[in-house]
Amino acid sequence: MTRNLLTLASALALLATPAAADTLKIGMITTLSGPGAGLGIDIRDGFALAVEHAGGKLGGQDTQVIEADDQQKPDVAVGLANRMVERDRVQVVTGVVWSNLALAMLPTLAGGQTFFISPNAGPSQLAGAQCNPYFFNAAYQNDQIHEAVGKHVQDEGFKKVYLMAPNYPAGKDGLAGFKRYYKGEVAGEVYTQVGQLDYAAELAQLKAAAPDAVYVFYPGGMGINFIKQYEQAGLKGAVPLFGPGFSFDQDILAAVGESALGVKNSAQWSPDLDNAANKTFVADFKAKYGRIPSMYAAQGYDTALLIDTAVKAVGGNLKDKDKLRAALASAKLQSLRGEVAFNTNHYPIHDIYLREVVKGADGAVTNKTVATVFTNHADAYVKDCPMK
Amino acid sequence: MDALLLVEQGLNGLQLGVMLFLMAAGLTLVFGIMDLINLAHGTFYMVGAYLTAALVPVLGSFPLALAAAVLLTALLGLVVEAVALRTLYRRDHLDQVLATFGLILFFNELVKIVFGPVPIFLNPPAALAGTVDLFGLKYPAFRLAILAVGIAVAVFLWLLIARTRVGMLIRAGATNREMVMALGVDVRRLFGLVFALGCGLAGLAGAMAGPVLAVQVGMGEQILILTFVVIVIGGIGSIRGALAGALLVGMVDTLGRALLPAAFRLVMDAANASAAGAALASMAIYVLMAVVLAIRPKGLFPAH
Repeated sequence: MTRNLLTLASALALLATPAAADTLKIGMITTLSGPGAGLGIDIRDGFALAVEHAGGKLGGQDTQVIEADDQQKPDVAVGLANRMVERDRVQVVTGVVWSNLALAMLPTLAGGQTFFISPNAGPSQLAGAQCNPYFFNAAYQNDQIHEAVGKHVQDEGFKKVYLMAPNYPAGKDGLAGFKRYYKGEVAGEVYTQVGQLDYAAELAQLKAAAPDAVYVFYPGGMGINFIKQYEQAGLKGAVPLFGPGFSFDQDILAAVGESALGVKNSAQWSPDLDNAANKTFVADFKAKYGRIPSMYAAQGYDTALLIDTAVKAVGGNLKDKDKLRAALASAKLQSLRGEVAFNTNHYPIHDIYLREVVKGADGAVTNKTVATVFTNHADAYVKDCPMK
Repeated sequence: MDALLLVEQGLNGLQLGVMLFLMAAGLTLVFGIMDLINLAHGTFYMVGAYLTAALVPVLGSFPLALAAAVLLTALLGLVVEAVALRTLYRRDHLDQVLATFGLILFFNELVKIVFGPVPIFLNPPAALAGTVDLFGLKYPAFRLAILAVGIAVAVFLWLLIARTRVGMLIRAGATNREMVMALGVDVRRLFGLVFALGCGLAGLAGAMAGPVLAVQVGMGEQILILTFVVIVIGGIGSIRGALAGALLVGMVDTLGRALLPAAFRLVMDAANASAAGAALASMAIYVLMAVVLAIRPKGLFPAH
């Protein structure tokens, strides 16, 4: 009898917990296992560091982060999105790495009136015709990063460039972004399988095409495979290699070492950006996790900052969705990359930098900012977005 | 496409095939002889790559690190067989699939705890880092090394299986397991040995793949599917089948990726041709498998 009472009492206690008013519940659906895990783990860790810096209270509210692993699979991600809306009743979902997953998750989240703040995936569809009142991107529109290298390669006078990317939405966005600013000849435009391991066949074709530069977009493990094989094929140094920051970021540099030295790439952030918030972030991230943060870690941190700023602006009132939306949209974010404003399609307007892979003072291979390619750069799809 | 490029693509296909053979040989032996579906075969591939990457800075030599990693992976195989798999031989295949899938999760998590979640560094030794000039064709030296190791292993396995007593038991075991047991052979020892051999081969494949591919958690699952396709095409339990299947898959995959986009370019614009070619090339090996199974339902050289 005592046991039954105890059970009953604990069951009641469990039921009582969610009644605690105005706890900010955030669903962190990201890739924590499989080949893409490095990216998701960095986003999660960066986000966690921001929550820690805010004393566990984003926007002054008690913050609970519910983690879930999407395994880089759209069907799993949609199932988790459903769970976050129906069972966990989170106010915000974030964490998504991959554009195809973001596209798959949006209907569930928007249908459940749950804010979806992407720390990475920024597909063109959600910036243009399919933009959504519930979708925000704290990082970038995919194309913006590629556009910067396109402009650099054009300005440097390269005439015949070979392009490669994986065959998925972000891959096509990427090369489209590059070509928006690069006006020379395209010596070849090759789409490879997502998750491809061996690039020997494609590298042989590339060599035969004899381009004067190569632009590749390969995030995560694909990037590691490609960069190693590019060097082994004797192409490093012979044909200059360019890419977006995704292909030459810290998660990849640690695994390829000096193979990527000298490559110019682009990003909205760099570990050496000179502002106080960024210096604290890089130092604390290194101290806490024992590695140099990647773009993804910085984006996770910025996403938490965006939530913090918006929740503060509405005075912690999470129930009025229109107000919260207005606060997110009008946020002037003091981010790790400087000030960021949001466009009418809920995508950032910000600076894009050119970086170079260098060997740091401590011997670690990392990125150094060498130029600002775009200032207050908006994406190309905002004109197609019906939200004004 | 000129002749030199075609030769290079042929070499690429051959090299991928040899790589797959290292994986498939071990998997097919374990499947054919022990009748065990081992989904965790890719795990030993990952362990081989990680151990090599960890040992190169310690031992200061790639070949030494590779040898040590292969031995340690084989030893790990012995331990896993004794601890986790022995009770599974008499269970049905579904139980084995579940249990070995559990092993994948366990080892992935373990590697993540020990080495961290981010891919780790492993490059080819300096002597094999560049390219070799083959009659005007500049080919990556390390890929030639993979080719050489694969051929050496194929010869070693052929000698082992065709010329030794253990090989005779392995052949007999693959053809009729019950009969070998009935003849009083120490099956437990034979199974342990076969499993360790399979794991060592997977570890060798991982060690040779490490300098070319990303050494990361989950790398084993990426190659496992291809490996299963290889042994299904080749016929389960047969080394000869594994070799034939691996070379076929390597060639079809590489040439598909090289030639299909070019073929599509004849009828559509470049970007669409490339995307369509890539999509179709990724299906090519499954089409190959379907064709082979339609003609020979038990694979090319089945052991049974």
